[in-house]
Amino acid sequence: MSVLTLSKAINTGLRHALEDDPKVVVMGEDVGGLGGVFRVTDGLQKDFGSDRVIDTPLAEASIVGTAIGLALRGYRPVCEIQFDGFVYPAFSQIVSQLAKMRARTSGLLSMPVVIRIPVGGGIGAVEHHSESNEAYFAHTAGLRVVCCSNPADAHWMLRQAVRSDDPVIFYEPKRRYWSKAEVDESEERVLELDRARIVRPGRDLTLLTYGGMVQTCLDAAEAATAEGRDIEVVDLRTLSPLDLDTITASVTRTGRCVVAHEAPTFAGLGAEIGSAVTERCFYRLEAPVLRVGGFNTPYPPAKVEDQYLPDLDRVLDTVDRALAF
Amino acid sequence: MEPVQLLGPDGTLNPDPAWPLEITPELCRELHRRMMLARSFDNAALALQRQGELGLWLQSLGQEAAQVGSMLALRNTDHVFPSYREQAAALCRGITPAELLVQWRGNAHSGWDPARYRFHIYTLVLAAQLPHATGYAMGVQRDGTDEIVLVYFGDGSTSQGEANEAFNWAAAAEVPLLFFCQNNQWAISTPTQTQMRAPLHQRARGFGLDAHLVDGNDVLAVLAVTRGVAAQIRSGGGPALIEAVTYRMAGHSTSDDPGRYRNQSELDSWTVRDPIARLEALLVDRGWTDAKYRDELSAECEALAEETRQVCREFGPVDVSGVFTSVLAQQTPLLAEEQRNHEALLASYED
Repeated sequence: MSVLTLSKAINTGLRHALEDDPKVVVMGEDVGGLGGVFRVTDGLQKDFGSDRVIDTPLAEASIVGTAIGLALRGYRPVCEIQFDGFVYPAFSQIVSQLAKMRARTSGLLSMPVVIRIPVGGGIGAVEHHSESNEAYFAHTAGLRVVCCSNPADAHWMLRQAVRSDDPVIFYEPKRRYWSKAEVDESEERVLELDRARIVRPGRDLTLLTYGGMVQTCLDAAEAATAEGRDIEVVDLRTLSPLDLDTITASVTRTGRCVVAHEAPTFAGLGAEIGSAVTERCFYRLEAPVLRVGGFNTPYPPAKVEDQYLPDLDRVLDTVDRALAF
Repeated sequence: MEPVQLLGPDGTLNPDPAWPLEITPELCRELHRRMMLARSFDNAALALQRQGELGLWLQSLGQEAAQVGSMLALRNTDHVFPSYREQAAALCRGITPAELLVQWRGNAHSGWDPARYRFHIYTLVLAAQLPHATGYAMGVQRDGTDEIVLVYFGDGSTSQGEANEAFNWAAAAEVPLLFFCQNNQWAISTPTQTQMRAPLHQRARGFGLDAHLVDGNDVLAVLAVTRGVAAQIRSGGGPALIEAVTYRMAGHSTSDDPGRYRNQSELDSWTVRDPIARLEALLVDRGWTDAKYRDELSAECEALAEETRQVCREFGPVDVSGVFTSVLAQQTPLLAEEQRNHEALLASYED
């Protein structure tokens, strides 16, 4: 058991994956000597060599396309896309090739490829460095889309993603890279990759969220106790497939549901969840499922991102509206 | 730069010391046989499309030499990434008519096991297979075997970013990869000169690739050049590119109408360079064929055409359940629910 930052927890997860399976390779821009722009791959090339920790050209389509070729050869590539907004050149390879290869071969070919993407805002970055584009990939059949929120999950979800025979889009909330927590690297008493987790039990309302928003929602739930509100917070962890069993069990108990995410609400994960919850929990709902998220604008300049990102007050405002029904 | 040519359009041999090839009757008959089989299959498939048995067909007519010559230069352990018009190449690997037709019948997205034939499924998104081949070759490089990888693509594909990214990365990483461009002059209706100013073999050198230009309708030249370049790659010489100058004698697909964008005189000028006619001229000139060879080959071609028609007629209906079970390694609960609901709905119709 050791106390690790989220970025270090992924680093040690990658290290275990490289040690456990000689077919695992890490590849991306600046992942070698530099250790990645967030230092997530720090020291790996020194210990595993440049054949297994591969500095790639600055070409995202080829990073993913080449990873597909390596997977066809029996390797298990873990790609790093440097920032969320840089994944779009690889969109065709992800959506048309990686996601569909199993279906296109009627189940013959597996694509054990992980694509790690630092995601979301809150670090004062310039444009294209703070986006939440998970809905594009969740919409695409053939991908698993997951998002970690804390060091222990980051470590174990990464190791599970590498072992998965499916392609996994692995989101890392960059504003939480430096949060610390205890991580037990030796014992896998952890949830499966396709399960959500109730991180704070409560009776009055289910607050569904993921990634960088989990801590914000936990803080909001804590603040709500001052007004006698008992909020249940669920860390979704997996965005595709959704763990609808955990979600509907929680909403069935509380009767109210709010979805919080950084991404714009229009056609976002919250829309899908709201629809699924309404279909499955209609007679238990005391209020419509409400969403709080980024505005339906391009991600704004850093000086106003604090207003774009749902903060404690905006989350609580939405919770209050749901409770007012 | 003139393309390498060993066999002129009139069937005369012009050996090139840079590309040695032992030209035997057996070799010429084998190349001729494979091209004839490919054309017979192609014609049969075209007829099936015209009869409504196939949704679409993309002919390899005119490109048989480029495909057969390059395939016969490889070992069976070398991995091949095709584009989508490589029927002649696929037949060389033993892929069956049924496996080739099922995609165009609309029954599946692909028809064969790529690992079994060392021949990947068709890629319809232009140039997407070039990074795949680069990555596969990176795997070969890491495995330390003496396999090489060959990737087919057309002139149109070379306008895609991924093609140029692959040229660049393959060269930088020195992977054992042979880029094989069938420049058939037309990307649907867009001629090569609209797509590029610098010829591809010239552009390739700028990426650091060893590059060669070959007469793609001369099967002997394609074989000799591909064999030489493959040997060089296999011995650690790094990736290379071959641009084979050929001609798409049919439309892009059965939905195309080439009469709208190219004229008959152009087609005529390529008809006299037909890859099969040219080799036949050599065979006749040298007395390397006889009635027995011709009769046997004719029967073999007709048998392949008949097999093609028969397997197409025998394709059964498609069970939709397969689409629900080949998305992820394990079916998700949501998809299982969708499948159950759909099957229940179908069952409810039967009363």
